[in-house]
Amino acid sequence: MKVSIVDYGAGNLPSVERALRNLGAETERATEPQQIAAAKAIVLPGVGHFSAFVNGLRERNLTLALRDAYDSGVPMLGICLGLQAMFASSEEAPGAPGLGFFPEEVRALPTNVKSPHIGWNQLRLMQASALLHGIPEDAYFYFAHSYAAPAATESTVAACDHGFPFAAVIEQRGLAAVQFHPEKSGETGARVLRNFLESAQ
Amino acid sequence: MTLARRIIPCLDVDAGRVVKGVEFEGLRDMGDPAELGARYNREGADELVVLDISASVQGRATFLDTIRRVAEQLNIPLTAGGGIRKMEDGRAVLRAGADKVTVNTAAVERPELLSELAQQFGSQAVVLSMDVKRKGDSWEPYTRGGRDATGLDAGAWAAEAVSRGAGEILLTSIDRDGTCSGFDCELTAKIVATVSVPVIASGGANTFDDFLSVFNQGSADAALAASIFHNETHSIAKLKQYLGARGVPVRLSR
Repeated sequence: MKVSIVDYGAGNLPSVERALRNLGAETERATEPQQIAAAKAIVLPGVGHFSAFVNGLRERNLTLALRDAYDSGVPMLGICLGLQAMFASSEEAPGAPGLGFFPEEVRALPTNVKSPHIGWNQLRLMQASALLHGIPEDAYFYFAHSYAAPAATESTVAACDHGFPFAAVIEQRGLAAVQFHPEKSGETGARVLRNFLESAQ
Repeated sequence: MTLARRIIPCLDVDAGRVVKGVEFEGLRDMGDPAELGARYNREGADELVVLDISASVQGRATFLDTIRRVAEQLNIPLTAGGGIRKMEDGRAVLRAGADKVTVNTAAVERPELLSELAQQFGSQAVVLSMDVKRKGDSWEPYTRGGRDATGLDAGAWAAEAVSRGAGEILLTSIDRDGTCSGFDCELTAKIVATVSVPVIASGGANTFDDFLSVFNQGSADAALAASIFHNETHSIAKLKQYLGARGVPVRLSR
């Protein structure tokens, strides 16, 4: 199966590519809307600043292409900032609109906890999850972020607590998103990616 | 649900090889960085740090290649640094496959570098590396591999670095480094209490108990060690079992 990895000009793509290829997937770097329109499965990875991300997408005319792909149910996986970009906006960049698949605002982690939230944490399952299929409930996932989406959305299937309950895994029709880095989460993370590839087939 | 305390092996690299400094004897070859990285990844390391300690221009040239070779072996995070002087050095290290970059001397000389890196790559990718020596009741950061005193106070410098965008602190006790006398828990606790970002304790690790102490008394978020893992004195899997059995939240491999 071929996966189109959205390349918005920053971000650590090689580790995501390697993790997908190790699972037998073919990958391409999608820099143009035509590639998104033709994609069978899309991965939206991201690190860094929210505004750099959404502006990078807009400059490459990828924003509308991604919205179309979402509307037509093309399997899509957002990772870290890629999850956050699926929301309407973020406190990190007021005035920079996200993809808007979800109406909520991404918020800064509060000051009473360590921020960034860096390290391996566990999840709280809220609904049955295809992405977490076969993964033990007490498994650890690698997180590295200072902002997070509220867990109180209908599509949140697993939450993590750090300052407030935030969305760690989101699933809605073909769409999936994770706040942790599956490509950095050892064998557990590889299983998440395998589950995505299998559901995308 | 708990954030696990991390165990982080460190590879000091010179000219493409992992080395260990032995006092008065120069550097000793400890193996191939990609092979060691793969072993630690397998044994349950939570992260890997690769530091360029080469003094020569030739040594530096191979460092990016080393990062690429190591990154290919990992499905855990990789932190790299050593000799990072400017934004472009940081970008090159991250492009080569590192998830985070450590900055030490250059950040003391020009603290704006931390803000620039954080703006470009996010705070989660910027680690302030701080080598400190005890000075009476406080600690003083040193630069250039522990050679030059800065005149700064470790706590104040850590706080400033965080306010400028550092997302993590790699804290090395020069007094303890290479002595096998245990981590400096007092120093670690002090910096942990001062900043709002995770602190990685380094320097002096020898026994499993040293790790237990730095988590319990030092409140470290992570503990870093080099030679005791390279020597196979301790396996990471056994260390984590030991800590887990004593109530430290750790990620145990299955």
